[in-house]
Amino acid sequence: MERFHVTKAKDLRGKACELKFEGERIVTEFSSTDKVTVIDAGGSTLIPGLVDLHTHLREPGREDAETVLTGSLAAVAGGFTAISAMPNTAPVADTAGVVEQVFRLGQSHGLCDVFPIGAVTEGQAGTTLAEIAAMHASEARVRIFSDDGHCVADPLVMRRALEYVKNFDGVIAQHAQDPRLTNGAQMNEGLVSSVIGLKGWPAVAEESIIARDVLLAEHVNSRVHICHVSTAGSVEIIRWAKARGIRVTAEVTPHHLLLTDELARGFNPIYKVNPPLRTEKDVVALREGVADGTIDIIATDHAPHPAESKECEWSAASFGMTGLETALSVSYQALVATKTTSFEKLISLMSSNPAAIGKYEGHGSLKAGSYANFALVDLDAEWTVEPTAMRSKSKNTPFANYVLPVKVNQTYFKGNRVFSGGVK
Amino acid sequence: MNKHLLSIEDLSKSDAIQILDTAEEIARISDGPVKKLPTLRGRTIVNLFFEDSTRTRISFEAAAKRLSADVINFSAKGSSLSKGESLKDTALTLQAMGADAVVIRHGSSGAPARLADQSWMKGSVINAGDGTHEHPSQALLDSFTLRRHLRESAGDLSGIKVAIVGDILHSRVARSNVLLLKKLGAEVTLVAPHTLLPFGIDQWPVNISYDFDDVLPHVDAVMMLRVQRERMSELFFPSEREYSRGFGLTKERLDRMPKGAVVMHPGPMNRGLEISAEAADAVNSVIVEQVTNGVTVRMAILYLLLGGMSA
Repeated sequence: MERFHVTKAKDLRGKACELKFEGERIVTEFSSTDKVTVIDAGGSTLIPGLVDLHTHLREPGREDAETVLTGSLAAVAGGFTAISAMPNTAPVADTAGVVEQVFRLGQSHGLCDVFPIGAVTEGQAGTTLAEIAAMHASEARVRIFSDDGHCVADPLVMRRALEYVKNFDGVIAQHAQDPRLTNGAQMNEGLVSSVIGLKGWPAVAEESIIARDVLLAEHVNSRVHICHVSTAGSVEIIRWAKARGIRVTAEVTPHHLLLTDELARGFNPIYKVNPPLRTEKDVVALREGVADGTIDIIATDHAPHPAESKECEWSAASFGMTGLETALSVSYQALVATKTTSFEKLISLMSSNPAAIGKYEGHGSLKAGSYANFALVDLDAEWTVEPTAMRSKSKNTPFANYVLPVKVNQTYFKGNRVFSGGVK
Repeated sequence: MNKHLLSIEDLSKSDAIQILDTAEEIARISDGPVKKLPTLRGRTIVNLFFEDSTRTRISFEAAAKRLSADVINFSAKGSSLSKGESLKDTALTLQAMGADAVVIRHGSSGAPARLADQSWMKGSVINAGDGTHEHPSQALLDSFTLRRHLRESAGDLSGIKVAIVGDILHSRVARSNVLLLKKLGAEVTLVAPHTLLPFGIDQWPVNISYDFDDVLPHVDAVMMLRVQRERMSELFFPSEREYSRGFGLTKERLDRMPKGAVVMHPGPMNRGLEISAEAADAVNSVIVEQVTNGVTVRMAILYLLLGGMSA
């Protein structure tokens, strides 16, 4: 078994630290002093491998936008060692067969763990439950179910799904969007949409579904996870639900923590995303929700699209932004640079907390026994976002030409170096 | 002046007044025996219409031809546009053909702004109506018409009270008019049922009223907006009759307008719905004049955007 000793690293609080691992697991002490390879971190900060609960990999079906391989390459470049593939592929990941295919692709590439998220309903059509238990029992061991991209709008379907996943302590991740209130919606409904004449996506369409779903989760005593929370009102409802003891967890994306609907004024659909960019007031409320623990995790909602899906008029463009390679830097900018949270807290929002929600054993921790999944990052470095330099197959980042803090130097997955960006 | 006319926001107040003054100049020349000016000889203007709009297209075409420009009409039906060609490819094609200006009408808000994107086109882009965003040339011809009747064709519109009535939510004419009228100093009141006002309207620099009768005695002009019948099925109002009773310019309301106040409509009208036949054809209706002024004002726009540039 190979032994590695990471030296001259800093921990999350900036103190000197080291890390030992044998094979694919972290150890307290080596079982033998034979063949120990030293990895000189050169003063970089050691973080646990990041965990994303919300990733669109597009395979099978839209391999022109992303594949499991290119998505994994993007993930490890961003410091992630586990990503969660959303089921809105073609075919939809609503059977054991499809989730196993995606899982095995991830395993065969060996860059990071790719945990498929299963669809809640057949074809994500919102009417009939998919074979949830079969997906859980499959090799992919699916624990999170979501119709992401679509809302589980029918309250009875949502209730049954919440009850059904209790058998194995699974969780339903809801894309909260009332379809009737958002028919044809293009951007946040507010002053900007009224002036530039794009059809509005009102905050209440998200908030009313979250309010309903936390009450359903309470009623059947199940777990519900709210995807990409985007409004101040949603934060308030989730805060209330948590205070009441309801088992709800919530995620926010890096872009909703930094960008606002003002960006739509130029009509460049690079800023078109679902849920839409909201107002400054919402951004502030989301940051407060992160600070006080109402929001549990940061998730990328990495949504790759080919160039032609964005090089067009706004209403014809696809919703979505890439995020895996910018998530850590953008979140740092939004939360740590603004002194909203500590760096240590930011990392738990992006590693241990999502690993706990997804029950991803061995992930999100640097404790002995965990997988040797970690990244070495430079907190003092800045870098300029260049879409063409991204590992993702798609280049639809809204952060082109931004100068961002924090550079990922190296990423290790189960003891193997899977990314090396700037070895010192 | 800006190279493109995508929104009224592209114009300063003095730019806007320069357009109106230039249009007055052109109107004087047009009253003479020779209507055609040689100004844009050798220049190519493309009318790119993704939506059917005979009146606006013809108006721009007439304006371009009276300035001696070559005009190419490119409409969606029966062309590559209806076969799914992207806006980008259309732009690159027009660029390759050497268009000096593109007049674009599109159903998607912001499409002209995308067309004006540097890497796609080098010529001027003129917005002839995009989705529910703006219709700047309509607002300019409306202000030109107002100025002729209420300000003796000179200066700005300060102190003039204008009511814009109807489907504000879906109206690009209303958005451009609010911006331009405010720029020129007019006071604007929007009159509509709340369902047809955009969310966020409380932050616009306008007065809001739900009572047409209350507003009517104090106006210098009413601009009636076209109401599309299909809005009824989208629950914006219960029935045509109820809409007409509350917000239509009926004969009775026409009689209650102050002396000298004018009736405007960008066309096409739904007679009997938002405007009665009596109001449309009234002596103080300037609706037909708006059409005439449309050509003149569009000549001024083309002249000022293209005239200063080398051929």
